[in-house]
Amino acid sequence: MPLLLAQAADSAYAGGATSLLWLTVALPLAGFLLNGFLAIRRPQAKGLVSLIGAGVLVGAFAVALAIFFEMRGAHAEEPFVQRLWTWLPAGRLSIDFALHLDQLSMVMLLVVTGVGSLIHLFSVGYMRADDGYARYFAYLNLFVVFMLVLVLGSSYPLLFIGWEGVGLCSYLLIGFWFTDKANADAGKKAFLVNRIGDFGFLIAMFLLWRVAGTLEFTAVNEWASANQDLVNSAVITAITLFMFLGCAGKSAQIPLYTWLPDAMAGPTPVSALIHAATMVTAGVYLVARSNALFAMSEVASTVVAGVGALTALFAASIGLRQYDIKRVLAYSTVSQLGYMFIGVGTGAYVAGVFHLVTHAFFKALLFLGSGSVIHAMHHAYHATHSHEDAQDMRNMGGLRRHLPVTFVLMLLATLAISGIPPFSGFFSKDEILAAAFARGAEHPIYYLFYGLGLAAALLTAFYMARLMAMTFFGENRTGAEAQRHLHEAPPIMTGPLIVLGVLTVTGGAINLPHLVHGNQWLHHWLEPVLRFSAGTPFIAGLHMPEGSTEYLLVGSAVAIGVIGLLLGFRATLARPPVPARESPPELGFGRVLFNKYWVDELYDAIIVRPFVWFSRNVLWRFVDKGVIDWFAVDGAARFSRGVLGRAGSLVQTGQVGLYVIFFLVGALWILRVMMG
Amino acid sequence: METVQFLGPSLALSAILFTLGVAGVLIRRNAIVLFMCVELMLNAVNLAFVALAQLHGVSGYIMVFFVMTVAAAEAAVGLAIILAIFRHRQTVDLQNINLLRG
Repeated sequence: MPLLLAQAADSAYAGGATSLLWLTVALPLAGFLLNGFLAIRRPQAKGLVSLIGAGVLVGAFAVALAIFFEMRGAHAEEPFVQRLWTWLPAGRLSIDFALHLDQLSMVMLLVVTGVGSLIHLFSVGYMRADDGYARYFAYLNLFVVFMLVLVLGSSYPLLFIGWEGVGLCSYLLIGFWFTDKANADAGKKAFLVNRIGDFGFLIAMFLLWRVAGTLEFTAVNEWASANQDLVNSAVITAITLFMFLGCAGKSAQIPLYTWLPDAMAGPTPVSALIHAATMVTAGVYLVARSNALFAMSEVASTVVAGVGALTALFAASIGLRQYDIKRVLAYSTVSQLGYMFIGVGTGAYVAGVFHLVTHAFFKALLFLGSGSVIHAMHHAYHATHSHEDAQDMRNMGGLRRHLPVTFVLMLLATLAISGIPPFSGFFSKDEILAAAFARGAEHPIYYLFYGLGLAAALLTAFYMARLMAMTFFGENRTGAEAQRHLHEAPPIMTGPLIVLGVLTVTGGAINLPHLVHGNQWLHHWLEPVLRFSAGTPFIAGLHMPEGSTEYLLVGSAVAIGVIGLLLGFRATLARPPVPARESPPELGFGRVLFNKYWVDELYDAIIVRPFVWFSRNVLWRFVDKGVIDWFAVDGAARFSRGVLGRAGSLVQTGQVGLYVIFFLVGALWILRVMMG
Repeated sequence: METVQFLGPSLALSAILFTLGVAGVLIRRNAIVLFMCVELMLNAVNLAFVALAQLHGVSGYIMVFFVMTVAAAEAAVGLAIILAIFRHRQTVDLQNINLLRG
C-alpha cells in the first residue's frame, strides 16, 4: 500500500497503523460478502459463518485499537483524512469517498467495533439454532460496514450513505423473522418513520450547500468559524433544526420515537447492537459532529435539549408499565437517548458523547442479559411445548437462582443506568444534568430541562428496579415443569456479558471529573474536535458548577437514583405480579402507560389513516385513475382517433387525381421557395 | 460552346409538353393514359435538358440518358402493375380504384 502510506506520511501521524484505517471498513465488508455467499450456497456451514462473522469484527477492533494508540501518541489537532476515490464529481460539487478520522470518530470507531465484536460473539451462541444463521451474520456484518461509513465518512453525503445503510440493515434485521407479519410490519414502520427524519437531513444538506458551498466536515468547520456573524441567524437555525429532525428519526426522539419499541421484533443481539449501542446514537454523533453549527444557534440547541428532556421523561414513564422485558429496555433506550440530547443541546458535547459511550456499555449489557434470560425462558418453554410468552416478565421471577451470572451482571448494569456511583452511568448522567443546571443560569428554561431530566432519572431507577425484581426476585412464575429446564447460557454468551460488565463498572474512568480527582480525559481528548465551537458565545457562556453546588447536584442525583431503586423494588415485591395469562387488565393511569399514551393509535388516526384515505381516494382514484389514466393516456388516444384520425381520413379519398393535385401544389410551393 | 440553336423554341415546346402531361394526369381517369402523360412529362424534361446542355455542358445530355433509363424501368414496372390491376378488377378506371380511402 505505498499510496496509502504516502498519504499518511504528510499528516501528523507517524504512518503505521493509521494508514490501515480503510481496513476497519473493508474487513466487515469482506465478512458480509463471504457470509452472504454462504447464506445462499451453504446455509448450514455455521462454524465457518461464525468464524468469518465474528472474526472480521475482532480484526477490525484490533486495527482500531492499534490506530487509537498511535493517535494517542501523535497529539494531532488536524483530522487524518484518507481519500480512497472520488465518488461523486458533479459540477462544483465533488465528493470523495474519504475516511475522516479525528478524536470523535475514534471514540465511535472503538465503540462500534468493540461492542460490536462482543455482540457478534454473543450472537454465535444466541442464534446457533436458527436456520437463517448465515443470513443473520451477513446482515450484521453489513450493518457494521455502514455504521463505520457513518462515523468515518468525511462529508455529510458520505455520512448520509452510512445513515441510510444502517437504516436498511436495521429494517432487514427487525424483520429478520419475516414470516411473522408483525415483524415485517415493525421493520417497515422503522424504515418509514426514519424517512421522515431523513427528509429533514436532506433539506439541511441542501441548505448547507447553498450557504457554505461545501459539505466536507473540515471545510464546514472552517466556514463556520470564519462566519461568526451568522451566529443565531435564521439560516443556521434552519440548517440545524432540519438536521435535528434527521437525528430525531434515527435516534428515536419525540415525535419520531414510535419505531424503536416496535424494533424489538428483531433478534435480541440486534436490539443490543443496533437499537441500543450504536445506530440509534448516530443522531447524537451527528449533533456532536456538527457542534460548530449547533453552537451557532441557541434556538436549535434549546430545541435539541428540550426535545431530549421531554423524551427522556415521556419514554421513562411508559417504561414503568411495560411487561415485555425488551420493551422496557427499548423505552429505556429512548429515554437515555433523550439524556444524550440534553447533553449535546446544552453545549456539553463531551457529556453527550460520554453518556453515549457508557450507555453503549450498560445498555448492550442489559439487552444481552435480557437475551440470556429470553434464551433460557425460550428453551424452557420449548422443552415443555408451552406457548407462553418467553419475553413477558410476568412469566419470570426468581431467575437469579437459575441464571446467577446473568443476574449479577444485569444488576451491575441496573446500578449503572440508575446513576449509582461509582458505576459508569453515574458519571455521564451526572455531567449532563450538571451542564443543564449550569446553563440554567443564563437560559432559565434549562432549569426546566434539568428538572425533567431529574424526574426521568427517578423513573429510570424505578422501572429498572421493577424489571430486576420481576425477572430475578420473588417466586418463579414460569410453571412447575418448565422451571426445571431453566439454565444459564453457554460461555460464548456469558463471556461477552462479563466483558461488558467490566466496562459497565469501569467505563466512567474515561472521563472522571475533578470532583473525584479525575483528569477529565475525554474532555481533553475531544478538544480538537470541539475547537471550532469553543469560541461561540453559546459555548463560552457555559460555566460548569463547582464547589458546593456541584456536591449538591451530585448528592441530589444519587439520592434520586437510590430512592427510585428502593421504591421500584418495594412496589414490585410488595405486590408480586401474576403470570401473564392470569393478569387482570390495567386500571387508571397504569392503563394509559400500558398503552403507551395511545400515541401509536393517535398517529394512526391523525396521520396514517388520513394519509391512506388521501392516497386511495385522491391520489389513486382521482389523480391516477382520473387524471393520468382517463384524461392523459386514454384522452390522448381518444383525441388521436376521434379528432386527428377523422380529420385526416377526410383527406385520404383514395383518388389518385387528388393526390396528384397535392403533389403539384407541394412541388410548386417548393419551387417558389427555392426561387426565393 | 460555339452556337446556341433553337433555345427559346425548344424550351417553349418543353413547357407546352410538360403542361399537357400535367393536365392529362390531373384530368384523365384511365390508368394507361395517365401513364402515358407521365411519360410525356418526362420527355418534356428531357427536351429541356438537351436544349440547356448547349449552355451548361455535357452533363445535360448524360442526365437525359439517366432519365430514359429510369423511364424504361418505370414503364416496365408501371405497366406490370396496371396489368395486374386489370386482371384483378377488370378495369383500369382510377375512380374505381380507391381502396385506400380513409
